[in-house]
Amino acid sequence: MQSGILSPQGVWWKPAGRQERVWVIIALIWCLIMFAAMPFWHLKGGQNPTGIRSRVTPADYQARVERFISEYQVGEEKGYPIVEAPPGSHIYMLGRMWQWYPILKLKEGATYTLHLSSLDLNHGFNLFPINVNFQIVPGYDYALKVTPNASGDFKVVCNEFCGIGHHTMVGKVIVTPQ
Amino acid sequence: MSESATLAVGGLFRTCSVTGLKVHRHAENLVKVHAVIAIVAFLVGLVSAILLVLTRWQAVHLLPPDWYYRILTAHGLNMLIFFIIFFEMAVLYFAGPILLNSRLPAPKVGYAAFLLMLVGMLMVEYFVFTGQADVLFTSYVPLKAHPGYYLGIIFFAVGALVSVGHFFAALVVAKREKTYEGSVPLVTFGAITAAIIAVITLLHGALIYIPTFFWSMGLMHVDPEVYRLIFWGLGHSSQQINVAAMVSIWYLMSGLTLGGVVLNEKISRSAFVLYILFISLASAHHLLVDPGFGPSWKVVNTSYFMYMAVLASMIHGFTVPAGMEIGQRLRGFTKGAFEWLQKAPWSDPGFSATFLSLVIFGFMGGITGVVIGTEQINIIAHNTLRIPGHFHVTVVAGTALAFMGATYYLIPLIFRKEVAFMGLARIQPYLFGGGVATFASAMIIAGTFGAPRRHWDISFTNAAFSVEYPAAVDLAMGFVGLGGTVAFLGGLIYVLVAVVSVFFGKPLTEEALRAGTAKVPQGVIKLPPQVHDKELHVAPGTMILVFIFLAVFVVYYFTNWKILSLVWQIG
Repeated sequence: MQSGILSPQGVWWKPAGRQERVWVIIALIWCLIMFAAMPFWHLKGGQNPTGIRSRVTPADYQARVERFISEYQVGEEKGYPIVEAPPGSHIYMLGRMWQWYPILKLKEGATYTLHLSSLDLNHGFNLFPINVNFQIVPGYDYALKVTPNASGDFKVVCNEFCGIGHHTMVGKVIVTPQ
Repeated sequence: MSESATLAVGGLFRTCSVTGLKVHRHAENLVKVHAVIAIVAFLVGLVSAILLVLTRWQAVHLLPPDWYYRILTAHGLNMLIFFIIFFEMAVLYFAGPILLNSRLPAPKVGYAAFLLMLVGMLMVEYFVFTGQADVLFTSYVPLKAHPGYYLGIIFFAVGALVSVGHFFAALVVAKREKTYEGSVPLVTFGAITAAIIAVITLLHGALIYIPTFFWSMGLMHVDPEVYRLIFWGLGHSSQQINVAAMVSIWYLMSGLTLGGVVLNEKISRSAFVLYILFISLASAHHLLVDPGFGPSWKVVNTSYFMYMAVLASMIHGFTVPAGMEIGQRLRGFTKGAFEWLQKAPWSDPGFSATFLSLVIFGFMGGITGVVIGTEQINIIAHNTLRIPGHFHVTVVAGTALAFMGATYYLIPLIFRKEVAFMGLARIQPYLFGGGVATFASAMIIAGTFGAPRRHWDISFTNAAFSVEYPAAVDLAMGFVGLGGTVAFLGGLIYVLVAVVSVFFGKPLTEEALRAGTAKVPQGVIKLPPQVHDKELHVAPGTMILVFIFLAVFVVYYFTNWKILSLVWQIG
């Protein structure tokens, strides 16, 4: 036997030792289990990042958000419209330097299709405190079916760098009890 | 080490009196210049690191926001691009011509490529530190930097690509001139793997930075999602150059420090081939919660097609320590399951750095990487502090620490100097590895509560709505400060030892070597046997270690699925 610094001579394609073989087989099985877990979760699990994905120009997206607000606005906080659409609706939030806009009001246990997009740079959608994260890319509409399982005030933190005011970019989602 | 009398053709070679290798002067010089610039970049990255740590530690909160993001940009580029790639070029010049006793085919091309990389690096530094490229490491379009910034990266990448080509040419020359018999050593094979992945990586780099350069001058459009896809073809694949180079260094240092053997050339080499085949799929790790890609694309790519590259790392994670164990057993350390480990040269920084790198990379970096790279689990990890937590235990406590261990052998073997402050050098791997493992664990914990990465102020003082993280996050950020400071000291000792040894160190004489000087690592004084007549394939200690590893892996993996199942239904 020799170290890895020396050139092996002759034929080195030889059968592996028993322990080495056992470990390779176990590692392979574990890899296959982890691979299978992802499709399995698509079938049985409740959290998948699939969504309905489409392209949209920032101007079109902004118009959709404005239409959504004018249709369903129920209040205002700190200059942000509070918007409550009926369960089952398409709801919209936009990211821009340095706002998540508008404030969304949802009902616990109801399902919505949440559209997310950006008007300028990449932004990171992080829902506090449950730590759910999505990448928001300008030019793309990411529509995710969401069902809140608890009520309370949730915040949306931006966790993708978007310029000097990035750390001030916080939005709000209100979930009312059933 | 002093020079031996045997000089070959035209005095261009010397024979190393420790390893017996024929060393080409130009190859040796190129190893030196690349290593020196790597350490300079490391120092810039290191000073940046402590500034960042002291800013994110909210109790100190040192930098103003503009400088926080600027220094964060500089930190990423200097560590992840300049330090690592300059060092890897040194590794290539070592593992190619030097390990194969061969000449360098085109020394002038080598120096020119080095200069091009250096010019590129200086351009990038200029635009970053003058505030004309506050775009972070990733420079996601449409975030825009000065065109000169992109041009600097392009110069650097082209220089690196030429150096890699030069390495391949050196392999051809060595083969044709029959400077070695049999197959290339495993360490060289690993370096070839790294070089092939480097070509894939650098081509992605060209494919994205050249259009982005034109875009920054207003000459063309670059789609933000396409940018992310191809950028990560560069950004993630380049981490796999690091993995391949690091694993090669593990095999190298295992041989040099305790005579570790290769259990089976077929298995270890096949594992390297798996890296080449599957590793560039990992761009997907960054795009799992992006709107641009569908589920089947995400599942196939994020898993490197059924986790074949993970399999490769799990194989090396067995064969490297098992090779050490068997090397030690063949030298007579046969008692129980772990005498080989107890009697390992723990005071040799070459060994301690290698072993800590192996353990931290495997147990922390590997496991967290696979878990957060699982399509759905990424929902509770993307862009949180879990991500930098993960990659600091792979690329810093893994790759960088392995490179540090190798440096303690490069100093006597290539620079032919005594290692300055050997006492400090002996504790350096523990400080650095321990510090990084501490702050990275703390980041992972803070990130599990949702604390964001790349964020100047998680107290959200000026935000429209308040966000208050649980006290555990504050505590964790305190540990980021503590661990970060310890790691900083470890890094500083590394720079101190390397710079003082190389520029002001005492030349290493044959007499000092024969007298067994304490100023060099023990493997240099007496190289452990590299060849054994006996064959041994039983490594009980390593079997125990890898099963502990697997148990930790399984528990952490399923715990994360459980945490995911508790959040809102999303689909």
